[in-house]
Amino acid sequence: MTANLSVEDLLDAYRTMKTIREFEDRVHVEFAKGGIPGFVHLYAGEEASATGVGMHLKETDKLASNHRGHGHCIAKGVEVKGMMAEIYGKKTGTCHGKGGSMHIADLDTGMMGANGIVGGGPPLACGAALAAKMKGTDGIAVVFCGDGASNQGTTFEAMNLATVWKLPVIFVFENNGYGEATPSNYAVSCEDIADRAVGFGMPGEIVDGHDFFAVHKAFAKAAERARAGEGPSLLEHKLDRFFGHFEGDNQNYRPKGEVKRLREEVCCLKRFGAEVTTNHGVDQAQLSAIDNEVAKLIDEAVAFAEKSPEPDLSALTTDVYINY
Amino acid sequence: MSESRIVALTMPKWGLSMTEGKVMEWLVEEGTDLSLGDDVLDIETEKIANTFEALDAGILRRQVADPEDVLPIGALLGVIAPPEITEDEIEAFIVTFLANYVPPEPEEEQEEGSGGYEELEANGYHLRYSKMGTGDKVILLVHGFGGDADRWLFTQQPLSSNATVYALDLPGHGQSTKNIQDGSVESLAKTVIAFMKALDIDSAQLVGHSLGGAIALKIALIEPELVSRLDLIASAGLGPEINNEYIQGFISTDSRKEMKKLLQKLVADPDLVNRSLVNDMLQFKRTDGVNAALKTISTGFIGADGSQSDIMKEELHQLPMPVRVIWGNKDEIIPSAHAESLPPNVEVKLLDGYGHLVQLEAASEVNALLAS
Amino acid sequence: MARKITYQQAINEALDQEMAKDKSVIIMGEDVAGGSGGDGEMDAWGGVLGVTKGLWGKYGDRVMDTPISEAGYVGAAVGAATAGLRPVCELMFIDFMGVCFDQIYNQAAKFRYMFGGKAETPIVIRTMYGAGFRAAAQHSQCLYNMFTAVPGLKVVIPSSPYDVKGLLIQAIRDNDPVIFCEHKVLYTLEGDVPEESYTIPFGEANIVKEGNDVTIVTVGRMVHQAIEAAATLAKEGVSCEVVDLRTTSPLDEETIIESVENTGRLVVVDESTPRCSIATDISAIVAQKAFGSLEAPIEMVTAPHTPVPFNGALEDQYVPSPGRIADAARIVMGYKV
Repeated sequence: MTANLSVEDLLDAYRTMKTIREFEDRVHVEFAKGGIPGFVHLYAGEEASATGVGMHLKETDKLASNHRGHGHCIAKGVEVKGMMAEIYGKKTGTCHGKGGSMHIADLDTGMMGANGIVGGGPPLACGAALAAKMKGTDGIAVVFCGDGASNQGTTFEAMNLATVWKLPVIFVFENNGYGEATPSNYAVSCEDIADRAVGFGMPGEIVDGHDFFAVHKAFAKAAERARAGEGPSLLEHKLDRFFGHFEGDNQNYRPKGEVKRLREEVCCLKRFGAEVTTNHGVDQAQLSAIDNEVAKLIDEAVAFAEKSPEPDLSALTTDVYINY
Repeated sequence: MSESRIVALTMPKWGLSMTEGKVMEWLVEEGTDLSLGDDVLDIETEKIANTFEALDAGILRRQVADPEDVLPIGALLGVIAPPEITEDEIEAFIVTFLANYVPPEPEEEQEEGSGGYEELEANGYHLRYSKMGTGDKVILLVHGFGGDADRWLFTQQPLSSNATVYALDLPGHGQSTKNIQDGSVESLAKTVIAFMKALDIDSAQLVGHSLGGAIALKIALIEPELVSRLDLIASAGLGPEINNEYIQGFISTDSRKEMKKLLQKLVADPDLVNRSLVNDMLQFKRTDGVNAALKTISTGFIGADGSQSDIMKEELHQLPMPVRVIWGNKDEIIPSAHAESLPPNVEVKLLDGYGHLVQLEAASEVNALLAS
Repeated sequence: MARKITYQQAINEALDQEMAKDKSVIIMGEDVAGGSGGDGEMDAWGGVLGVTKGLWGKYGDRVMDTPISEAGYVGAAVGAATAGLRPVCELMFIDFMGVCFDQIYNQAAKFRYMFGGKAETPIVIRTMYGAGFRAAAQHSQCLYNMFTAVPGLKVVIPSSPYDVKGLLIQAIRDNDPVIFCEHKVLYTLEGDVPEESYTIPFGEANIVKEGNDVTIVTVGRMVHQAIEAAATLAKEGVSCEVVDLRTTSPLDEETIIESVENTGRLVVVDESTPRCSIATDISAIVAQKAFGSLEAPIEMVTAPHTPVPFNGALEDQYVPSPGRIADAARIVMGYKV
């Protein structure tokens, strides 16, 4: 399947993953400085999952995300400066400062929203898929869930409904081994979430979530199936998160040294860089150039967010209804 | 013998949907010698409040109904009789009446010709209308902008005592089709002509109010043989001035308060506008297609500068049939000045102290004119 | 023409007319047709009480039976609404809101606000409420107060066939999420309903009966109980003004206040349980905004602070009756400082 990915595609993929990584690492730093209000849940380590999926999505396809949504937003094409400003709660944010990190949404680009409720996304994605099907387009919907969400009743109901109505929706479970502070070994009743697929009448596949190419290939199949009107699929991306559940999490539930080891051994960016420079005719110089551009982009985003004004106080009561 | 000179004052039927009325206040005492048209008592119905005027002359011998009584149509309100009739005879009359009185069943009112609503197709429009009375003399009542056949609430039944009286809902109004293609006075006139032909009406007395007047006048100009006489009440089409603020306000408002204020401009006595009337208007405007229809029709007789655009004053003199113009001199919608300087073939009657809806406010006077 | 049809026929007619007009209007819910995927009849039920019968026959796959999974399909309806459809989703009994409340109050209600004004969620959730069928505690509640409390939701509670058709058409055309509450006892109530499509705006209470001595504010089925009480009181020389709220969110405060300013006395009637109810809500608003006009403390007539009992006599006692409403009016009339 890599035959379908040109050098340009690969550089785009790298850019997306690098942007996510830089964005998250930087938010980690700024949060620790005290500049960011509320809760943030960082995606660093999981970049290949969002990127490998995102490259198959058109602007008219829909993506429903969860609380760990920055990576999904960036992969779907949401503007980075606006995202940073939203996380800072500023007027110039994607949601004008009214939603924050957990509720970033950009309906114009098909980003249905990060969601603060675990399991909130799956039913919504079924609805988006239903709309595409009813309108007769070949649009699809993707929902990203965690191992935690895999146990929510809403997730089961949505998977059942997706098969019953043969909806063009794809359930991507990003199994990073921890549902908040509780390992998935404990909380998930089966070894592989993908095994649940057969119980809901849809195909399920286990995918190495650190491997961009594996993600890209597996999703291609699921997307083709959905667009052809053959119904939903489940993909389990096995991967790791490099930060805590939320920023401020002491991560005591993880063995000592785990994160350090993961950053060295499984980092999807390192693996991708090695693979494309070795086997796909990409120059390290090209990757380095992207590194510099991305660093600059993130710097600008933070500067933009810091300088942007707060919302007017009148924004407190606006947009509760369209008209009342 | 003497019983035949005892007259029962009964709850009148004002409009097709009226089933009962509430007695508000007696305006005369027992013993008063009534003349025709005297104000006798105030009655309030769901649609409107009005003063019941004496339809018979004689002495009011008994007030049977009390204020706050809610009674069905035809119920006994009072008794009129000459002085020779004894109290016992009055008493016996009342007892007999009450024993025999049966309030009308709703179904009975739907019989053809007795005032139930009917429908027909004319000029591509589905039109609702009602017919009351029998007789060779035919009268056609045409309401104005924003109204419906109920604008003739106090007119249709009295006139039907010796004529066949039709009242229709114009396109875009009442229960007739709301989808209007051509809102011009001419198109509406052609629709009413088609209505008349569908009912085999060769010739009728046309009575038009406000925009309905302009339509009636247009019909008289296009097909004069159809019109035996023409009565124009507070009519459009006779001069440029019109209260366009009222028209545009009526089209655009969706609020009870605003609608009440607008409707009060139609009458000299603002208390005539009750909650039911306001609700009825809002319900009408909230029906799909109504606001669009009203907009289309308004541009058919009002120009972009807010004045009337289809003025037929200069053609009045050529009309072969008798023409009468009736106006209230407190009309805030179309000025009563339009009744001045009309050609000599037009009879003009200005009624003092009444507003635009003069056929409702001064019903018995207007009815007397129309019947003459 | 207006003719007499039932409350439930009026609902069916509103759905039919809007679905004919706008292809993006779809219906989903448990057994809204009934029979999907089986060898028996299709449109077997047309809704548990037959309200949506006949619509599958006309609109086919725009009328969708759902599995019994409220969170799943209510959430799907919400998601579909953000993606360009106009779903009319049925929550069979308002009592079931517990299993899908998140999708309603955390998702649908909050998208517009959280997403900075960019989301439109034109969903209508139709649901049955109310006691009187001996359906017992889990199928008889009035939980519209819970939805009314949530910013971002609109809550509609029609009392008559005319109102239910106009308000449902309005709800379907409204671009905000609407919870549309139908009292199951009213389904067979007949009334005059025009054949044409029409709307009734939200936030406009209806004064179903004018009066000068006591204001009775109420909603839904209780409007009819109040009218009966008012008839009894009229014979005692007490003139009641009965205000039908029609929508609790948005709420027509102006009409309530104007009425109380005229009468000076208020009775609020609410079929739900007393704490944190519409009754307490209206009472607080009036106490705050029309205190100077009140000539007596406000009386509330509600169900007791209990679940709905199964036994018929007990249930009849649970529901506010015309007698209890009249008693409350007599109390406010007889009040002396």
